[in-house]
Amino acid sequence: MSRHEIRFSGFGGQGIITAGYILGKAASLFDQRHVTLIKSYGPESRGGASSAQVIISDEEIDYPRLTQPKLLVAMSQEAYAKYIGELASGGLLLIDEDLVEPCHPRDDIQVRAVPATRIAESELGRKIVANIVMLGFVAANADVASVEGIREAALSSIPKGTEELNSQALAKGYEYGNQLQSTMHKV
Amino acid sequence: MVDELTDVLISKHHPMDKLLRQDRLPHIWCSGCGLGTVLTCFVSALEKLDLDMDQVVVVSGIGCTGRAAGYLNLDGFHTTHGRAIPFATGLKLGNPELKVVVISGDGDLMAIGGNHFIHAARRNMDLTVICVNNFNYGMTSGQLAPTTPTNARTSTSPYGNAEHPFNVPYLAAATGATYVARWTVLHVRRLERSIIEAMNKRGFSVVEVISPCPTYYGRWNKMGSALEQMKYYHDKSTIRHWSDPAQADIGLEGQIIVGRFVDIDKPTFCDLLQGADQ
Amino acid sequence: MGRRRVSNNGILQGSFFMDGDTACAEGAICAGCRFFGGYPITPATEIAERMARRLPQVGGTYIQMEDEIASISAVLGASWAGTRAMTATSGPGFSLMMENLGLGIITETPCVLVNVQRGGPSTGMPTLVGQGDMMQARWGSHGPYETIALSPGSPQELFDLTIRAFNLAEKYRTPVLVMTDEAVGHMTERVVIPPLEEIEYYARRKPQVPPNGYLPYRPDPDGVPPMACAGEGYRIHVTGLTHNEKGYPDTVSVETQQKLVERLIRKIRANQDDIIELREDQVEEADVVVVAYGISARTAARPVRMAREMGLKVGLLKLVTVWPFAEERIRELAPKVEGFVVPEINMGQIAQEVERCAGGQAQTILVPHAGGGLHHPNDVLEAIKRVTSPQSTSAETSP
Repeated sequence: MSRHEIRFSGFGGQGIITAGYILGKAASLFDQRHVTLIKSYGPESRGGASSAQVIISDEEIDYPRLTQPKLLVAMSQEAYAKYIGELASGGLLLIDEDLVEPCHPRDDIQVRAVPATRIAESELGRKIVANIVMLGFVAANADVASVEGIREAALSSIPKGTEELNSQALAKGYEYGNQLQSTMHKV
Repeated sequence: MVDELTDVLISKHHPMDKLLRQDRLPHIWCSGCGLGTVLTCFVSALEKLDLDMDQVVVVSGIGCTGRAAGYLNLDGFHTTHGRAIPFATGLKLGNPELKVVVISGDGDLMAIGGNHFIHAARRNMDLTVICVNNFNYGMTSGQLAPTTPTNARTSTSPYGNAEHPFNVPYLAAATGATYVARWTVLHVRRLERSIIEAMNKRGFSVVEVISPCPTYYGRWNKMGSALEQMKYYHDKSTIRHWSDPAQADIGLEGQIIVGRFVDIDKPTFCDLLQGADQ
Repeated sequence: MGRRRVSNNGILQGSFFMDGDTACAEGAICAGCRFFGGYPITPATEIAERMARRLPQVGGTYIQMEDEIASISAVLGASWAGTRAMTATSGPGFSLMMENLGLGIITETPCVLVNVQRGGPSTGMPTLVGQGDMMQARWGSHGPYETIALSPGSPQELFDLTIRAFNLAEKYRTPVLVMTDEAVGHMTERVVIPPLEEIEYYARRKPQVPPNGYLPYRPDPDGVPPMACAGEGYRIHVTGLTHNEKGYPDTVSVETQQKLVERLIRKIRANQDDIIELREDQVEEADVVVVAYGISARTAARPVRMAREMGLKVGLLKLVTVWPFAEERIRELAPKVEGFVVPEINMGQIAQEVERCAGGQAQTILVPHAGGGLHHPNDVLEAIKRVTSPQSTSAETSP
């Protein structure tokens, strides 16, 4: 039995829920697995805490809340501080390295960092696709959904006319993740 | 031979029979109540309107006036207290071919149903509202209404009403009605004409009818017999068409301004909805 | 939203990754709903938003009313105009709708009312789950009556049960409640929308006699009268007062009241085999039966599995239809089992029904939750173990 529990987190306006939705949709409709997505927002429409819980499983999901998340994606310091404690031992933390300073060191988890917002801003000219860069990074680091599924799910969920931008963003994050992994393997 | 002649000369049927439910008469209204007159004016207005009576629907709330829907041989809905207008809104939107008329009292439409009234007016929902105003809750033996004049006595304002009443034409006009008129029950021809105009109006049209309640409001305020009360309202009336409805407040004494106050054109809810869809 | 095909008539078909509220709206559209009167309220707002966007695409009408009282009034009116109509709300709005829910029941008006339950009482926890309105669904409007309420546990079930609600509403001429909750309404999951021709459609029963021979409230043998609507030439009179078969008020006759109320109740109770839907998992051989509904039935599956792994014989009885209550089934099981465990996100509502039907033959253990979250699997597991452990004592439903 495999059950992946993932939390995407950050602040409102970063596209955290969208990232969770795209990952969930990829796993559900393209990879044909059982998936639940639960969104949570603060009362604010912009800013404030934002998080998405995604569960991907080969069996029916009885309990649709996270119990032992093995993957935490944090795109704000506040989100990192709030959720780092729930990450299961042996879990993986993915952060936007310019926005999160891991100040609660844990030796039972792995941490990988990507400058997602910087890549989106300086290489693609649109800060708004930082979430998609991060999704590419997730695809490279965790075996939760196929990158092809994520690409298709993303392209069917974003505004018309932004397909190229989002494809590039996904590719950038994915490449960055793969390069990071190969460097790590060399070490 | 005599019988045959009688058959020709004396009609066994009232001309309004086909629009009234014979099996529900006599009605429950008190003698001297103005509601019978309102019902008659409504029926005679219907007869002059070029409408398919199968498509005319009457909706009412609770109260003496609320019983009107039950005496008319039309599709009729006697709903809950205050909810005639939103129910009528659903009927109209569910089948826009229907001609939907709300006949209800001042307490039903202005107090518990006040919020629905102003929002239907704001939307310019294509409904006709006939609001029979007898200044109190007659069916439940004469309690205070939002139309009871200041200082008037009722069973729940025995020392005189300490509130300011709603001025129905002013409220209707201010919240968006496209046709607004007020008459007393003795202005039968003018009332009938206003009902016809209101029903021909596309949009939210309101006709207020000042009606005596000799049994309660009249007695509490020493207005004399039913006829005297009816005549009092008529005599105090000043016809002032197209005057500012803000000036049409009704006090315990003093004049009652009647007439047609508003007749304007603007898109109805359905017009705007169709525009939005395109 | 997914791999979809929008056919020419605007109806969706295919697989979607969709939240429960959206699935509810799409279910309504597939069921033929063409009128929505509503008022925004968390966590049901997404249903209104979806209907506002979708109804014009399928020839329907959406209107945002001034409050929930107006919303249900408009829904009743639209139904009498011959349209399939619905509204959706949550606790505070559900309270406001109780008045005209009663009008819908006494005038026998088919319509669907969705309650996406949140934590209460009062404004409570707008964004978090609750199941505290189950007794309000049963008894919330005044007077004696019987009601139909369904409880889905996933977006797919919310889609399916919304369709079923419309069909039951038409079949039995009554408002039908879809008692879902925030957890289901806001959960996104795969929803499969079948081709329209595969979706059940129960057409409104129309009079077979001309207007002069029609009695609007004379029932067919199953207790349900055929329904003529406004504008069809039948000149109907419909009232919220106690009425005779002609639809005329008769507010002083005890016999008329007795006949009407008994029929309103009988038309549902006598047809409960058709209305009540249960899902059972290993109930027949069980020592302990977990009785649950909605999201709580879904989350109960895990502690049930954990208990079975420990060698306990545990069944799961899911109440898809909560009202009318599955009395017969509980009475049947009571002498065969040691106990019932009832997890619900309130302080004990359906548990009382289970205990009543168990009639002292089996204990009933409530697993309460005040709202705002789901039961932890261990809490339900502990209750299951309490039934089977020798030191467990008498029935216990208080939290």
